[in-house]
Amino acid sequence: MYKNKGDKPTKSGFGEGVHEAARQNKKVVGIGADITKSVGMNLFADSFPERFISMGIAEQNCMAAAAGMALSGKIPVFATYAVFSAMRTTDQIRISVCYNNVHVVIGGAHAGISVGPDGATHQALEDIAIMRVMPNMTVISPCDATQAKIATQKAILELNGPVYIRFGREAVPDFTFEVQEFEIGLGQQLRTGNDLTIFATGHMVWEALQAAEILSKENISARVVNIHTIKPIDEKIIIKAAKETGAILTVEEHQVMGGFGSAVAEVVVKHHPVPMEMIGMNDQFGESGQPNELMEKYGLSAENIVLKAKQLIQRK
Amino acid sequence: MQIRQDVVRSLAAAGSGHLGGSLGLADVFTVLYFNMMNHQPENPSWPDRDRLVLSIGHVAPVLYATLATAGYFPKEELLTLRKLGSRLQGHPGRDHGLAGLELSAGSLGQGISVAVGMAISAKMDKKKHRIFCINGDGELQEGSVWEAAMSAAHYKLDNLTVIVDRNKLQIDGKVSDVMEIEPLKEKWEAFGWEVNECDGNNIAEIFQTFENVDYTNGKPTVIIANTIMGKGVKSIENDYNWHGKAPSTAEADQFIRELLSANKPQNSKF
Repeated sequence: MYKNKGDKPTKSGFGEGVHEAARQNKKVVGIGADITKSVGMNLFADSFPERFISMGIAEQNCMAAAAGMALSGKIPVFATYAVFSAMRTTDQIRISVCYNNVHVVIGGAHAGISVGPDGATHQALEDIAIMRVMPNMTVISPCDATQAKIATQKAILELNGPVYIRFGREAVPDFTFEVQEFEIGLGQQLRTGNDLTIFATGHMVWEALQAAEILSKENISARVVNIHTIKPIDEKIIIKAAKETGAILTVEEHQVMGGFGSAVAEVVVKHHPVPMEMIGMNDQFGESGQPNELMEKYGLSAENIVLKAKQLIQRK
Repeated sequence: MQIRQDVVRSLAAAGSGHLGGSLGLADVFTVLYFNMMNHQPENPSWPDRDRLVLSIGHVAPVLYATLATAGYFPKEELLTLRKLGSRLQGHPGRDHGLAGLELSAGSLGQGISVAVGMAISAKMDKKKHRIFCINGDGELQEGSVWEAAMSAAHYKLDNLTVIVDRNKLQIDGKVSDVMEIEPLKEKWEAFGWEVNECDGNNIAEIFQTFENVDYTNGKPTVIIANTIMGKGVKSIENDYNWHGKAPSTAEADQFIRELLSANKPQNSKF
């Protein structure tokens, strides 16, 4: 059983991961688009000012310049709000980064509806869908701050192509362990179960664990798997779950259409079709509100996962 | 002149592509690759080489013809342009492994930002190599070009030289009709750049203009190269219909005859 070690935003984990990677490798450079602290890059910028390049509010230039730095042997990390880093610069990502297949590390901050009061403009709910269709791109969505740190470090130091790391603003339960086995591309089974499997990513992993606990009290055994790497996705763990539990529920803080649920469904329909349900945003924008209010309103809570899980197993 | 003929031949073999701009830039490419740039065709990934970033990927034929002439790959390969399996993609693509190609590009506006990233990296590493970037004049309508311009001046990138291919034409017609970019010199100056202008089809003048660039003054340089789209083939010069067109075999033969007659030395005693 996983315990909350204390709430912490995943952006802090990202910032710590960048800092640690930069400490280990001098090629790591940071690019800022005015919101350095807000995306967790201040730790790096303060420690390595000579390697931090402020580019102003000009994301397109940041992204293509990052490609130029990567072509010159640097490992550039460019983070800004995901609505900008994944979407304003989509063309620069497609051509300058992905077509050139260079190791640019893109940070997508303020992902999901839990951004809260800022409202729809700043709640990135389409970034997974857009990033995962880019050839050569790796897409990572860590479940908590601890994992964000490890994932970021590994993405910077071990990968060799374009990578997108998604993280949130709100302090959320930090429950995984630094020593836990973590490999980019491999899902993590966090709880055993036989009646259905809940595949979750990002902030929704904790909610999925809470939901499984509630379900267990009603004698429903839910397997919980954290998919921190949405691309390349761990097909084996999905196929195994489809075969062994016969029902799959996906949960994401993102549009269901084209997003994480779709990525899981692509594997399921190809290899072992079973009843599926997907929780996420349903072709809609978010709005202002407190994070917990929004998560509840849009069905991104443990309670709704429980409800959908029960409906799903009826279809088996 | 040989480069122009190679451009015409490769485009005729391809059956599609951008002839006008490729011909207009032949003189600039000649000066860059055979006079200005430090590079080693036999060692294309030499870390200290000067970099040429072609932001207007659609004039790839002139880059390919120049690289082949410089010895990066066999000239016969020019006839594979735009064909399945060729290393000579319609717009440059590094994934096909062509030596000497610095960037996969073709979406306008991005190359100058990539060049800024390369120039910043060189400065960080205290390297002396230079970055040259070729932009189209119509391309300057892309807003992100000016983001890049701002950042180059901010970081005092005197190792960066942008060449604007000022042929005053784009696909829809005259640049001034489609979307005016003047006053061009003043724009670049206002963005903190050193601005030079030259006849982009006069080898001696291009050479002198590059020679005059100060790579140590703390300012990026732009060279506005006034070129003629289709230069060398009299019958298509300044005709924007030839921006994105390739010649038929018959047209190619005619164009090459025009190139050869235009190149015949005046008052030669032979």
